[in-house]
Amino acid sequence: MNRRDLLKNLLIIPPGIFLGGLFLKTLSLLKKTPFGKISLESIYGKYNPHEHYYAMGIDIDKCIGCGRCVEACKIENNVPQEPFFFRTWVERYVITVDGETKVDSPEGGIHGFPETLSEKEILRTFFVPKLCNHCDNPPCVQVCPVGATYKTIDGVVLVDKDYCIGCRYCIQACPYGARYLHPETHTADKCTFCYHRIVKGLQPACVEVCPTGARIFGEVKPRNNPLARFVRFNKLGVLKPYLNTEPKVYYANLDKEVT
Amino acid sequence: MEELFERLAFSVKEVTGFIYPNEIELHWSILIVVYPYLTGLVAGAFILASLERVFNVKEVEPTYRLSLLTALAFLIVAPLPLVAHLGHPERAFEIFLTPNFRSAMAMFGFVYAWYLLVVLLVELWFEYRKDIVVWSKKEKGLKKVIYLILTLGASDLSEKSIQFDKKAGKLITIIGIPSAFLLHGYVGFIFGSVKANPWWSSVLMPVVFLFSAIVSGIALMILLYMVITLFRRKPVDMSCMDKLASFLLYAMILDFSLENLDFIHRIYESEESIKILYQLLISKLFISMVVIQILLGTIVPMVFLAWTKLARLPDELRRLIYFGSAILTLIGIFSIRWNVVIGGQLFSKSLRGLTTYKMELLGIEGLLVALLFLVLPFIILYILVALFPPWKEAEVKLEA
Repeated sequence: MNRRDLLKNLLIIPPGIFLGGLFLKTLSLLKKTPFGKISLESIYGKYNPHEHYYAMGIDIDKCIGCGRCVEACKIENNVPQEPFFFRTWVERYVITVDGETKVDSPEGGIHGFPETLSEKEILRTFFVPKLCNHCDNPPCVQVCPVGATYKTIDGVVLVDKDYCIGCRYCIQACPYGARYLHPETHTADKCTFCYHRIVKGLQPACVEVCPTGARIFGEVKPRNNPLARFVRFNKLGVLKPYLNTEPKVYYANLDKEVT
Repeated sequence: MEELFERLAFSVKEVTGFIYPNEIELHWSILIVVYPYLTGLVAGAFILASLERVFNVKEVEPTYRLSLLTALAFLIVAPLPLVAHLGHPERAFEIFLTPNFRSAMAMFGFVYAWYLLVVLLVELWFEYRKDIVVWSKKEKGLKKVIYLILTLGASDLSEKSIQFDKKAGKLITIIGIPSAFLLHGYVGFIFGSVKANPWWSSVLMPVVFLFSAIVSGIALMILLYMVITLFRRKPVDMSCMDKLASFLLYAMILDFSLENLDFIHRIYESEESIKILYQLLISKLFISMVVIQILLGTIVPMVFLAWTKLARLPDELRRLIYFGSAILTLIGIFSIRWNVVIGGQLFSKSLRGLTTYKMELLGIEGLLVALLFLVLPFIILYILVALFPPWKEAEVKLEA
């Protein structure tokens, strides 16, 4: 073998192995569908994701901090019971007359909140339910090295637990602390807007159980639905708007102290 | 799992202020500290080697081959802590097969493969080819087989082909310098591009990573060269050492200036994160950043190295200073990685509280595994050096 051949081989063999692997992989993916293209119907059935674009509204003034949403979410979605893993949680903000801001969320607020200060010491106080914001410009989707986390056609950010490699870059990239690593699957996990329910026309579990109607689920586009009414009659805020993540969880009566 | 819950239950008690409930688990552990440390040493060692080849700095020649072998040994180990850290290591290969091209991390595979396969291995091969050919004729048994395979069938030892090796080696080094910059600058970008994290999110991050990489690479080569010559009972080439020490000092000055620029910029801009970052610095990171990284790891070696430039010191004392400075520098750069990776996870993204990192001792993400990944490159280097002696006298001289 002369050097010219050798160099040629060096240039051809390693990329060749790589491209060959890629080809085989593509083949194996294509095999799953008869025409090489996964049809929406095979996934969704009669439901058409193009007809929907979901979002949530939260009226802070209506939340009483009972924690029912946190509990319902854990049960509905098999979120570990230990208080380190949450798809949704409730924070309590207390601004004292001294101007100090105290925030807490004991066990995510699942058992409600113990009284800590007397009324005289409190300037104002409120509860803020939190969850994945299902950003329109989601940093978690951008950083996922294998595309295991993605935005659906109907605007929900999901994680494919059979594909996630557990690198946790998405957890680092989420500005809202909405993601955690599931201790059983060892993959990233977070709120799905109860995708398995909403595609059947049901409400997310947290919305369903909220006794005061503080959570409003619906669609962004002007259709006849509760969220359309919510965004029409409230001044809205989103969390960390300066990061340009374009959240789709809209808060009414959002206080400047909320981070 | 029980062990994880116990650890988290402990961490909850250590929280000050408010953190989001999901932030109690600290996600990137000591293994992710080791990873940029290793790639930094690779890039640094390679850039040092290229000084001789591209910029004709003849004094550092004794470390040329050793630097290349060191870079290779560390590069082989560099991805291991990453893979070990994954929740699903068996899916690691998906990064190559179905990469998300918008993800900075997905580029790792390609940057790494490029650097290993196109730059480092090819450069080493051209550098050693004539020696390998000669050894393949001289040696016996297993070694002979290894060398024979490594010649890749190119056993031509004519004047013309040797010249070609030299030219090819030089060309690859020229490609290699931007590649080394890419390799480590890219690692900095993984952190610097996370806009959710104000401690990481900085355009200077890749640049700072790069210069600290060069610093650590030079320090490592000073240390390795001195230890190896000691064991080989050879005299230390002082002109080489002086040159390396000078480069170390210059690189440190640049690196330290950049870090200060970043620091001053943050304080002057005084964005909303400044209060919590200040808390972080004076409480959780005081020892690892102020004392170890800045004072012991940077200022002390810089002062001593500057002293050797300004005063005429005896060889013995200079060697001692170089040795000590190199060790301090290596510890300092490790703490830089620590302060970036761990430090960036010790404050809440709510900017309202601090948490704590409780390191495991055993277990896949524990201290012992991290130490293993730090020692492993030296074992690989030992084998490489045995197979490919990098010393000048071992190099084969061909009779013209």
